[in-house]
Amino acid sequence: MWYDGWAQLAFLLAVLLLAAKPLGSYMAKVFQMQRPPLLGRIFGKAESAIYAMAGLRPDDQQDWRQYAVACLAFNTIGFAFLFILQMVQQHLPLNPAHQAGVGPALAFNTAASFVTNTNWQNYSGETTMSLLTQMLGMTVQNFLSAATGIAVMAALIRALAAKGTGKLGNFWVDMVRSVLYILLPIAVLLSVVLASQGVVQTLRADVTVHTLSSSAVAGGAAETKTAATQTIAMGPVASQEAIKELGTNGGGFFNANSAHPYENPNGLTDFLEMLAMLLIPAASCFTFGEMISDRRQGHVLLATMTAIFIVCAALCFTFEQQRNPLFPSIVGQHHTALAAGGNMEGKELRFGPANSAIWTCIATGTSTGAVNSMLDSYTPFGGLIPMWLMKTGEVIFGGVGTGLTGMLITAMVAVFLCGLMVGRTPEYLGKKIGAFEIKMVSLAILIPPALTLIGTAVASVTPSAVASVGNPGPHGFSEILYAMTSMSNNNGSAFAGLNGNTDFYNILGGLLMLAGRFWSIIATVALAGSVAKRKASPPNVGTFPTHTPMFGVILAGTIALISGLIFLPALALGPIAEGLMQVVH
Amino acid sequence: MRSIIRPCLTIFLLLGLLTGIIYPMAITALGQVIFPFQANGSLISRSGSPTQSQKTAAGSVLIAQNFSGPGYFWPRPSATSPPYDADNSGGSNLGPRNPALVKKVASAIARLQKADPGDKARIPVDLVTSSGSGLDPDISPAAAYYQVPRVARARHVSPASLRRLIRQSIEMPWLGFFGERYIDVLELNIRLNRLCRKLQKPSDHPLRK
Repeated sequence: MWYDGWAQLAFLLAVLLLAAKPLGSYMAKVFQMQRPPLLGRIFGKAESAIYAMAGLRPDDQQDWRQYAVACLAFNTIGFAFLFILQMVQQHLPLNPAHQAGVGPALAFNTAASFVTNTNWQNYSGETTMSLLTQMLGMTVQNFLSAATGIAVMAALIRALAAKGTGKLGNFWVDMVRSVLYILLPIAVLLSVVLASQGVVQTLRADVTVHTLSSSAVAGGAAETKTAATQTIAMGPVASQEAIKELGTNGGGFFNANSAHPYENPNGLTDFLEMLAMLLIPAASCFTFGEMISDRRQGHVLLATMTAIFIVCAALCFTFEQQRNPLFPSIVGQHHTALAAGGNMEGKELRFGPANSAIWTCIATGTSTGAVNSMLDSYTPFGGLIPMWLMKTGEVIFGGVGTGLTGMLITAMVAVFLCGLMVGRTPEYLGKKIGAFEIKMVSLAILIPPALTLIGTAVASVTPSAVASVGNPGPHGFSEILYAMTSMSNNNGSAFAGLNGNTDFYNILGGLLMLAGRFWSIIATVALAGSVAKRKASPPNVGTFPTHTPMFGVILAGTIALISGLIFLPALALGPIAEGLMQVVH
Repeated sequence: MRSIIRPCLTIFLLLGLLTGIIYPMAITALGQVIFPFQANGSLISRSGSPTQSQKTAAGSVLIAQNFSGPGYFWPRPSATSPPYDADNSGGSNLGPRNPALVKKVASAIARLQKADPGDKARIPVDLVTSSGSGLDPDISPAAAYYQVPRVARARHVSPASLRRLIRQSIEMPWLGFFGERYIDVLELNIRLNRLCRKLQKPSDHPLRK
């Protein structure tokens, strides 16, 4: 029915808002160094032990340079470990399917991808990675890259709340507390529920079954014998699936990602996985409000995200419920109670077009990039929407930590634009936004689009890169544009017809992901350092209020303006051209 | 610089151990103890009862397998190569205007019509398009009803009894609206075998000959 998408959307957002508020307050406690109730008792001793072994004093405060160096050093270790782990996996235990070592170009791409929270995958999980690599490589980075995002967010919020100290907190402490008190407990709960619903969790790599039609059947009619056996890949999926969604990572255990029935078997798991993607990004808005002691500031950011999300999701599921005009008329494409209908190529029947479209908007608005349907087969305009959501810099809820960080940076652009119009020095939360802040904000906002467009341009004129394209016409260009957008913005979803496992895409893509992630982090931490040194001035009549619906509208306009101005020409060559061809047909 | 190296390595090692070994192993242990059927892939035997042994398993409730004879309900087309390869999942990734997609749909239509030449009914779109995973275990109720004339003729059973079987096999989405109504093809075919066995005299049973 036409209202199915709306009902799912409304239910999801209602549960999200109910769950995000308490989680947000709880996260504020975690980052204000209070002892979290219950979990503090369970993990308190472990936390102190970790600091003792690491030789840390947890109340040591870092300035922005120390914080940034710690962050980069930690991620370098993570990158090196994952890179080597993949290449030597054939010599290590827990490799029941005897996967070979991964080649250096692919290992580079994958290490860059998982360390940067992108989870772009140029490999097919079930035929490439050993169970040990999946656990000790992928699952670990799912936690650590998410925690890195949360730590940087905590630093920026502290900077906005700071009274001229210039200190941002302690990176090591933020990492440890993010994992122990936020990510791990929720992941444990979620993975157990997922396992109860049919998400596999075993140390077997596969089973081989004798299929039902492999022997004679009752009824007399001759049954043509089909493949007598079927080998079914398995593994410790539930534990990875939980953190994959919760940490907005998105890298699938299987090639088909969350479209695979062992990753996402039914409506309940689908709902929980969607909720998990949105949970921490939405809660972060409440965390922000609590930590700066002005909840309204967080509410307006969350309201803006939610409003843009609803518009995108509704447009996307409307497009995906359209019939394909090129199919013969004997194909029934109408949606009824007994038939999903709509654009079903690349979609799972249990989800259908409406649910799949909502999932896609969540996975691209957040930086997850997980898919429960294949985006390459979306209608032209249906596929335009996830592409645009990534191009906003992933601030429509956004990645864990990075979403709110991006939104705060966009808010500074918005007050700067307003300040220019009325001729006043821009301020955000009482802190002056000066030349240095605007430089860092501009870097953080412009680096991913620059990488996207340069990457697309280079790929479009490189014959070996064009040869990777899987579809003819403007859709082929969309595949390249989508890939570059996804990697530069650390999303990880794909128009997967593009063959990315070539030296060109492995190396260029790895560099884009690393640059997109860490240049933005350095700019953000530098921004935080400068903001933390400024004293807040009390509001006066001339202060532009940033907690009002009016500001929400300006913020939404800023997002649309930036992404629209930068990307309209590129989009016109890909999805828009294809969409117009579809209309004319 | 030394002040960085020690926390860097220690914290990476400890958090890595916690999230990469202890966490997945603990969840595996929990899953194997509390939900052994689900954690091991929802495998069922030829009679439809849960099993965990490779020897007795006829397939997984959650994974499509190939049915191509006229006497079984068919799943959705699979874009993996070979089709229904549960060791290498994936979709076709064909764009909506790609001529290869139109051709693929046309050949799926031709295959259905060849197996049941008289049938000029509308074909539900899910039965001619391939799923995202290539392993979609379900078809829409409409797609099951569409296949009734063919299966009834091949199995010498009445269409009405098959329609009853389908009606009883329809699964509602979670909460009634989160997703679409669906029918699990493997379970439907196991029920179909059971129905046909019941209708037959024991001496005709092919498995006992």
